[in-house]
Amino acid sequence: MRVQEIANVLNAQWLCGEDCASMQVSTAFASDMMSDVLAFVQEDTVLLTGLINSQAVRTAEMLDLPCLVFVRGKNPHQDAIERARALGIAALLTPYSMFEACGRLYMAGLQPVRLGEDDD
Amino acid sequence: MIKETYPVKAGDMTAAGDVSARIKRQMKQLGISAPIMRRISVCTYEAEINLVIHSLGGELTFEIMPGKILVCARDRGPGIADIDKAMTEGWSTASNEVRNMGFGAGMGLPNMKRNADEFSITSQVGVGTEISMGFLI
Repeated sequence: MRVQEIANVLNAQWLCGEDCASMQVSTAFASDMMSDVLAFVQEDTVLLTGLINSQAVRTAEMLDLPCLVFVRGKNPHQDAIERARALGIAALLTPYSMFEACGRLYMAGLQPVRLGEDDD
Repeated sequence: MIKETYPVKAGDMTAAGDVSARIKRQMKQLGISAPIMRRISVCTYEAEINLVIHSLGGELTFEIMPGKILVCARDRGPGIADIDKAMTEGWSTASNEVRNMGFGAGMGLPNMKRNADEFSITSQVGVGTEISMGFLI
């Protein structure tokens, strides 16, 4: 799914990274705990989170994630947005709750990250 | 051969990740492959977060050797009394404040071990902890 479609499905506002609109993501992961994200997520994944500080962006940076979605209409801290902009990561703000945002993306065909399939 | 050592300050969650980002930029410039770079980045970031939230300060060392990258995290601090417990997924001593910052899920050390080709940890209570991770390139 393209990042633009994610924005459409989630009725989301672009906070930065509009030039990533045509990038493809294949899976989604939702968590407020960044260590869980670091444990389970592969690249080409969109991260949905309620964590609005810059560690959400740092986590996306470490994993080469192209897109972050902040849920519940919670505006991330300005330094988080600036960091995402500098790194070329798309940041979206959706008014939906975590549950509803995930549900809408799942219904639209986005796949979950499969857990327990790491390579060890 | 490259060997760089970066200090990490205790308690500064705003700067947490700066050293890992710097190391990642360095790896990009050196043309390290993306999958290896991501594994190393997960480990440096988890290690850096641990230094920030659990220690009294420490350092991250990044070293490129023939066929291998070594990452070492050393700190001064309380140390870990029971390493086996600390290596268990979900076990954490982090404060609610740290959890509110998105960490303290008890996944840090297991994440590092899973992503590194070689992993060792030594700790002395009241002195500090040293984690060494090797990645074959």
